[in-house]
Amino acid sequence: MNTLLQYLIVFSVGGFICMIGQVLMNLTKLTSARILVIFLLLGTLLEAIGIFSILKNFAKAGVTIPILGFGANLAKGAIEGAKEQGLIGALLGGTEAAAAGLAGAIFIGFIAALVSKPRTDK
Amino acid sequence: MENKEYLEIVKKEMPKSKHLKTMVQAFFTGGLICMIGQGIADIIKLIFKDLELDIVLQFTTLMMILLTGILTGFGVYDKIGSFGGAGSVIPITGFANSIVSPAIEHKREGIVLGLCTNMFKIAGPVIVIGITASVLVGIIFLFIGM
Amino acid sequence: MKHTIYFNGDVGIKDTFTIAGPKEGEGPLANYFHNVLRDDILGQKSHEKAEILMMKSAIKNILNRTDYTTEDIDCVFAGDLLDEITSSNFAMREFPIPFIGLFNACATFCSALIMGAIMITGGYAKRVICATSSHFGTVERQYRYPLELGAQRTPLNQWTVTGAGCTLLEGGEDHRVKLTAATIGKVVDYGVTDSNDMGAAMTPAAMDTWITHFTETGRKPSYYDAIYTGDLGHAGSRLLKKLMLKEGYDLEGIYDDCGALIFNREAQKVGQGGSGTGCSNLVFNSYIYSQMMSGRLKRVLFVPTGALLSRITPLQGESIPGIAHAVALEVK
Repeated sequence: MNTLLQYLIVFSVGGFICMIGQVLMNLTKLTSARILVIFLLLGTLLEAIGIFSILKNFAKAGVTIPILGFGANLAKGAIEGAKEQGLIGALLGGTEAAAAGLAGAIFIGFIAALVSKPRTDK
Repeated sequence: MENKEYLEIVKKEMPKSKHLKTMVQAFFTGGLICMIGQGIADIIKLIFKDLELDIVLQFTTLMMILLTGILTGFGVYDKIGSFGGAGSVIPITGFANSIVSPAIEHKREGIVLGLCTNMFKIAGPVIVIGITASVLVGIIFLFIGM
Repeated sequence: MKHTIYFNGDVGIKDTFTIAGPKEGEGPLANYFHNVLRDDILGQKSHEKAEILMMKSAIKNILNRTDYTTEDIDCVFAGDLLDEITSSNFAMREFPIPFIGLFNACATFCSALIMGAIMITGGYAKRVICATSSHFGTVERQYRYPLELGAQRTPLNQWTVTGAGCTLLEGGEDHRVKLTAATIGKVVDYGVTDSNDMGAAMTPAAMDTWITHFTETGRKPSYYDAIYTGDLGHAGSRLLKKLMLKEGYDLEGIYDDCGALIFNREAQKVGQGGSGTGCSNLVFNSYIYSQMMSGRLKRVLFVPTGALLSRITPLQGESIPGIAHAVALEVK
């Protein structure tokens, strides 16, 4: 597919998902933590019912970069783990798939916090 | 004046969020961050031609988190956040920012009891519910498959 | 017991001192503050330590200005917004003066003025210092979010004022500005649950104290040249004016809110305006006091409000109670 078109789709889909989140934030009093959980679970659900891979093929980073993708990844790992390794795969597959996000966030978060100076808002 | 009456007056009188402005800003910010992610993925694919897609995506996630760590550490991400709203919360960068920012803030109370203890102050629910959900999904699929 | 008490004309303001943060120093009242800070960390290792330093410094400064030593001061009433009123407790480590810490959220400064006036009128003290402080960094951390979090402010949010200030009350001397009466407020809760909307949470308390004050003193709003609330913010003060009009009290042209006065709303992007224990304190001890000393305002009613929530109460489903205290001041 034409690269420019692909990027336009990524921009639009990603932007649209975030816009829905913004509407939720404006209309309800949901904090960012709760919004993150809702979209996470949405991703998990979409993957579990098989829709997410279609969206992923179409919008690529537009759906994988939002926390939706993280949730979908968790579900995908669990399902594949169940298929390939039975019970142990079912239990651990999701966490294995999320390893990049978790390990990255923890390690990078730790180092970044160590080297930064606390600063003030203006 | 009754409670209910007062609360209705409050609902009517107090200013509400500017919907259009925040929606457009969220759309733009979220879309931009996703495009950056796509760009990073494409660059990785160009450099490492034989890499599996899954691994490319994992590296992309790591790069986005690294980027967020740097932006948060330099005090830039909060400005992106106040402009972009949900557009900066929903991408994986929002998750990373919610881990780095309390860690920086609580460094003053020491590395173990301050930084480490508070790192998941905001992102904790994401991890707990995410992993719990994945375990449930796995078990359900196991039973469906049987 | 009636809620309004009268001081026998004996309690006056000897002097005031204010230390304002950099953002406050860029606001409309910048020239009224005694000291404007260049930054809000003051070379300290944390914002908490900086706030302690601010309060210490405010008290030290007022002692210097008035040529009094700690021996001359009979009592200090002080408070702030942090857990266990840390800033006040630790600032007072420096001064061997009898100390009573107070907490009424953003109404604390008024509580301190009232307690000081009561102590002097009762003959137990000749000189009392009333002090409060607040700091944007410490309050955000305690009540809201880490400073680097990309969280978006809602239109109802306020900006916690960084600053410390104090008033030296003295009895038995001839002072231009005197405290003449006070109405002690009750806790009022009308069920507001949005912890982003402090203005709406505190407005009922302000109404309650105002109406009590006017009823018990028999005064009308027009008795005063100016009436101030602490930090209801722009929308909150509009709401209060409207509701008071419904009750038959016209506050047009007399009423203003310290939180709305301390920042330039559009330019400084502060949502509804300033808030915090330092907010009403800074505006009172700089702007309002100087207006009274110059005679431009002869009778003032000062009514800061406080929102009495903690970090935990909203999570447990509680609504936000408010309180408001009133102090009447007159120029001799």
